[in-house]
Amino acid sequence: MRFLLVEDSEDLAKAVASRLTLEGHGVDHAATLADASHFLGTAPYDLILLDISLPDGDGRDFLVRERAARRDTPVIMMTASASVSDRVMTLDQGADDYITKPFDFGELQARCRAVLRRRDGAVDNRRHFAGFIFDQLGATLTVGDDIRELRARELRLLEILLSRPGQAYSKAHLIDRLFSFDEEVSDNAIEVYVGRLRKKLDGSGARLETLRGVGYRLIPE
Amino acid sequence: MMRPFDPARIVSLRRRLVWQFLVLSAVLVLGLFLVVGWVADRASRASQDAVLGAAVTAITEGIRSVDEGLELDLPYATFSMLGAMGDERIFYLLTVAGQGVTGYEDLPPPPTPATDMAPVFYGADYRGARLRLASVGRMMLIQNRLQPVTVTLGQTRLGQAAIARDTARSAAWAALGFMLLALPVALLAAQAVLQPIRTLADVMGRRGPRDLRPVRHPTPRELAPLLRALNGLIARLRAALELAETFIFEAAHRIRTPLSLVRAEAELALAETSDEATRIRLRRMVRAIGESSRSANQILDHAMVMYRTDQYAAAQVDLAALSRAVLRAIDPIAEMRDIRVTHDIAACIIQGDERMLEIALRNLLDNAIKYAAPEGHVDLTLTCTGTEATLAVTDDGRGLSDDPAQLIGRFRRGANVGDTGGSGLGLTIVTEVAHAHRGRFQLKSGEKGGTCALLHLPLP
Repeated sequence: MRFLLVEDSEDLAKAVASRLTLEGHGVDHAATLADASHFLGTAPYDLILLDISLPDGDGRDFLVRERAARRDTPVIMMTASASVSDRVMTLDQGADDYITKPFDFGELQARCRAVLRRRDGAVDNRRHFAGFIFDQLGATLTVGDDIRELRARELRLLEILLSRPGQAYSKAHLIDRLFSFDEEVSDNAIEVYVGRLRKKLDGSGARLETLRGVGYRLIPE
Repeated sequence: MMRPFDPARIVSLRRRLVWQFLVLSAVLVLGLFLVVGWVADRASRASQDAVLGAAVTAITEGIRSVDEGLELDLPYATFSMLGAMGDERIFYLLTVAGQGVTGYEDLPPPPTPATDMAPVFYGADYRGARLRLASVGRMMLIQNRLQPVTVTLGQTRLGQAAIARDTARSAAWAALGFMLLALPVALLAAQAVLQPIRTLADVMGRRGPRDLRPVRHPTPRELAPLLRALNGLIARLRAALELAETFIFEAAHRIRTPLSLVRAEAELALAETSDEATRIRLRRMVRAIGESSRSANQILDHAMVMYRTDQYAAAQVDLAALSRAVLRAIDPIAEMRDIRVTHDIAACIIQGDERMLEIALRNLLDNAIKYAAPEGHVDLTLTCTGTEATLAVTDDGRGLSDDPAQLIGRFRRGANVGDTGGSGLGLTIVTEVAHAHRGRFQLKSGEKGGTCALLHLPLP
């Protein structure tokens, strides 16, 4: 997916962008609303992550202008204030969702997915790999005529493995990206999801390989 | 330095006004008594002087010089005139060259000797009574010698003084009567004067707590300084509140933005490290940041609920629509944890504060998702009977180990929460929202394990 990140803090923008790139997304960063307009005029984006206070204005006003001009790229507001009225207001002004800083990347991803799913059909997010088609938004894996539904963590696991096919990921790394940090999980918890995903990948022409002492990787058979 | 507040020092303006009226009236009555007495005394003395002067002149004119000496022809009409003055005693003295000839020789002489026919009037005490005297002097040729003859006539003024006193007393009584008649009028007047103050107080009292507009109620000119001071105070209060709101927003922004950076960097570092010890440290760090922002959110929610409870204004709330909106917002979080959220929402409209209800419901669902079993299930049921709407949030987690009443207290957390993060404010917030709506919040063990949280809200 292609994101436009509108955020004035250079450091935070860099970190968020790196993190999104890690997930396999493309990210452009605009530090001001003027930059954001410029980017939006030159390339199509799947989703805009919009901060509220920017040096050249209020993100909410920008959003209102965008919607008034019938440009309806999905927007998730990033707010530093957790006040309810603020949140309600941003939704009334045409935001698709909001997320309060500091946010959990897992939550951001989940929200992005939920927003894009609601905007059904706006984004074609299907990926072909080996012998299967992976629909991230629909949370399905299609092998031939067989459509297999994926649960959220199976989906996340496949997303991570597919972002760099062939690369090995350690158990610890996968746990960090699959579970939120306030959950209690044992290192072996990942084995459950690996087992399930393996079953769903059956006959897909791809193999979820265990590298003893290293981790897991996805490779075509 | 401010004096400590002493309730005994409170004065009643009304009582003060009435007292001032009474004291002033008493002084006026006394003054009137004295002035009328003095004027009446003067008037009676003037008429007595006229009669005495005429009498003494008449007597003097009746003195004739004869060979043997003097012949006095007392004019009786004069005495009947003096008798008309009332029951007074009369004294007289005739002197020739300073020697008493006839009458009361010890009668006090005039302060200045009378020299011609114009009488000299004076007062003196004589034989235990106050006398008014008139004296006339003239030169007469007696036995071929020109000698001064003086006639002095004195009259007591017992009756006259009594009349003057009576007059003064009558005047005083009349004044006292008027004063008593004026007293209720004064009370009414005091009331009328104080009425604008009462009206102003009413106007202020009827205001809602959020109403910080300046007071524009018409008041008498005398109350203008009070009104100005009041409006000044309101303006300062409004400025302080605005400052506090801006400050909270600013503070939240300034703290959350760097925290986001710390979290993002820590998560990036986590993704890149392969060292287990570093990884554990970074995980702890991210977790602490998550907890701090969660606590901050709940503290803000709590502050918001307290604030809105203070100025609770019920409006129509579509509880079903609100429930769906909250579910939609919370769904991605449930999905992240592979928790299935089901709902059964009946149509339900209640009277309440939508923001507070949203906060309560969000906290309930947040809690349920947090404590649900891994890949568990959370359910939201909204039922509506004739008298009550009930939001029931059920999870399939480890359930309650403590007395539910204990868990509702501020910053209280169950003994079996383990490592699950939380501030312990969530249930307090829900309870406060329930109370603000005259409802009830109940926490009990679910039928199939887990916890069931019930928020009962009365229907209008």
